[in-house]
Amino acid sequence: MSADDLTPRQTGDMLHREVRAPSDESERGPGGERLQHAEAASKPIRADAPREPQPRGAKVRGNRPIDQAEAAERFLAAPLHQKAHDERLWDVRRKRDVAAHGIPEWEELRELASQIKTHTLTHLDRYLEQFEAAARANGVQVHWAEDGAAHNRIVLDILQKHGAKSLVKSKSMLTEECGFRHFMAAHDIEIIETDLGERIQQLDDEEPSHVVMPAVHKTRIDVAEVFARTLGTDPDNDDAHYLAESQRETTRPLILKADAGLTGCNFAIAETGTVVTCTNEGNADLSGNVPPLQIHSIGIEKLIPRVEHLGVFIRLLSRSALGSPITQYTSHFRGPRPGTEMHMVLVDNGRSERLGMEEFWTSLKCIRCGACMNTCPVYRRSGGLSYGATYSGPIGLIIDPTFNKRKYSTLPFSSTMNGSCTNVCPVKINIHEQIFAWRKVLAEEHQIPLLKQGMMKAAGAVLSRPAAYRAAIQTADSALRVLPRFAVYNPANTWGKKREMPHAPHQSFHAWYRQNRMKKGSDA
Amino acid sequence: MSARDAILGRLRTNRPAGEFPLPDVPTFAPLVGGDLVAEFAERLGKMGGRVEQAGGADPFATVRSRLDGAQVIASAVPEFVGNRDLGAVRKPGDLADVDVAVVRARFGVAETGSVLFTEGDLIVNSVAYLAQHLIVLLDPADIVVNIQAAYKRPDFAHAAYAVFHTGPSATADIEGVLIHGAQGVRSLTVLLLQRKKQAA
Repeated sequence: MSADDLTPRQTGDMLHREVRAPSDESERGPGGERLQHAEAASKPIRADAPREPQPRGAKVRGNRPIDQAEAAERFLAAPLHQKAHDERLWDVRRKRDVAAHGIPEWEELRELASQIKTHTLTHLDRYLEQFEAAARANGVQVHWAEDGAAHNRIVLDILQKHGAKSLVKSKSMLTEECGFRHFMAAHDIEIIETDLGERIQQLDDEEPSHVVMPAVHKTRIDVAEVFARTLGTDPDNDDAHYLAESQRETTRPLILKADAGLTGCNFAIAETGTVVTCTNEGNADLSGNVPPLQIHSIGIEKLIPRVEHLGVFIRLLSRSALGSPITQYTSHFRGPRPGTEMHMVLVDNGRSERLGMEEFWTSLKCIRCGACMNTCPVYRRSGGLSYGATYSGPIGLIIDPTFNKRKYSTLPFSSTMNGSCTNVCPVKINIHEQIFAWRKVLAEEHQIPLLKQGMMKAAGAVLSRPAAYRAAIQTADSALRVLPRFAVYNPANTWGKKREMPHAPHQSFHAWYRQNRMKKGSDA
Repeated sequence: MSARDAILGRLRTNRPAGEFPLPDVPTFAPLVGGDLVAEFAERLGKMGGRVEQAGGADPFATVRSRLDGAQVIASAVPEFVGNRDLGAVRKPGDLADVDVAVVRARFGVAETGSVLFTEGDLIVNSVAYLAQHLIVLLDPADIVVNIQAAYKRPDFAHAAYAVFHTGPSATADIEGVLIHGAQGVRSLTVLLLQRKKQAA
């Protein structure tokens, strides 16, 4: 079915005539096949009725350690959400595998991406200077911000100089890091998110729960509730087309009258001074091309040396993120439109310090694709908001503690250490090894809560002594048979929830070997 | 000390030890067959766009129904005369009422089904997002094999704005249901039509 064949929908003035009827699902191609691009699920993942309140994220109390397990427990106690979330992300992960396997040089691309990033990060002073010079030559005004607060002040200053009172923006994890929306609200600047998922989260006064799919933890019923409350939509209509169209129709007037536009940055090209954004909605292009004032916020680790390197990263990014060969829009902003100003803000916010952390600096290679989140069994079953931090999932576990060791001290324990995150990372960050390294650092610095310290000590004592381990197993056939209810399924061990451990064999391998092979050996 | 100098200073102080050379990027073998037009069309179809052939007598015959149904048409190409003059637009938001925009792509990419525009091709950048529907003229001779080849083109070093469109604006942020026309155009149709030869 194509847009031409659509039966106009008769639901009042607000909706465009081409919005399809509520019974329709995902878009179809010319041959009638279900299309799979962008964030599309490969099959309908519809949360079952009846209504179930959306589980909310971790309780954040100042500088106190986030209790991820407590929030995860509440997520697990909402089975409709948990199931839909788990299935949705696993579907994206499988689409990623198909896309990756379609490229024979996939592993070579990962290695190249890793080496290009490693090289750039270790020569970042030089590349930043080159970027700044190129951008200035292009007529761009370049600013430097040491931290999030400085970023916010710089942007506010630009807005105030232009008398700007409203700003439309595309999704940017950097601005989340900086607390940009909250800061601007306090200064009476209206901020409008233009990515659908991010807009849902803004209207619900929640942080994004995923770096690529900000509202992936919400069902359509949740979205219908948020939009009914904030946009005045029909609370009983949870058709995804109706909801998306309502957002489009209510956001567009705000885009048209906005005084300024801001985007984040996926890649910044040192040789040309270009900011590259990758979106499916085209909202970065609206933010950059409609308002009379244009701002781009750039984390300094986003630099890559040359345009030709995009030929590596663009092929990896959307395939890793969503299993799509490319995002609908790949946009290259290099210079201002005639008669307007373009500003670029280079933001450090802890990155230059992280570069000096021997075990953790390579986390700066991250291109924010979210593949590690989609594959993570803990993330899929606990939701991004349970981490109580800007970055969730495996990459969050190793980035968040660099911002605040105490507040995020428990996060590196929210991992099964299965290593899947490392295997799917397009820039080959050794994520699970860094998670383990953080556990050691936090233990040495006494940042680990007492309960986890006790569990680790007990486990360490048994696992470090083979004889004791074997004795423990022999007395009850299997460690899993004695430990599960206590250690595996206790409330502190989030990832034991909703997963039954495999049935332990009646005989351990060690006992079997002794009984069979060693006996046979003596018979021979 | 300025923020700039402080940041650059820390980057120098904290630089990890070791040699980390910039690797040479090899030219990868194309993953598409020799018929670039067919490959382009297949891939754009999977991304939610469509490809039409130009008609003989009326080059726009295959998209005529779309054009006839439109009240406001903005054309950035000499092959089609619209009723909204892009050269006379005062501010980008004035194009919010455009039903169909007709633009020409600088080139296409067979591997992904993408088309590239620069600010010169669009005349007003916002028209490619505010219009309800986009009709893109593409010369079949202007299709490059893959993204790697695309980034070897000089456009990225010269254009103030360059953008790949690969199908229409899309979202699946609500339960994975794919929806075209998230914020930008609801449809993207590529019309294969040779460029008019420049007068010598």
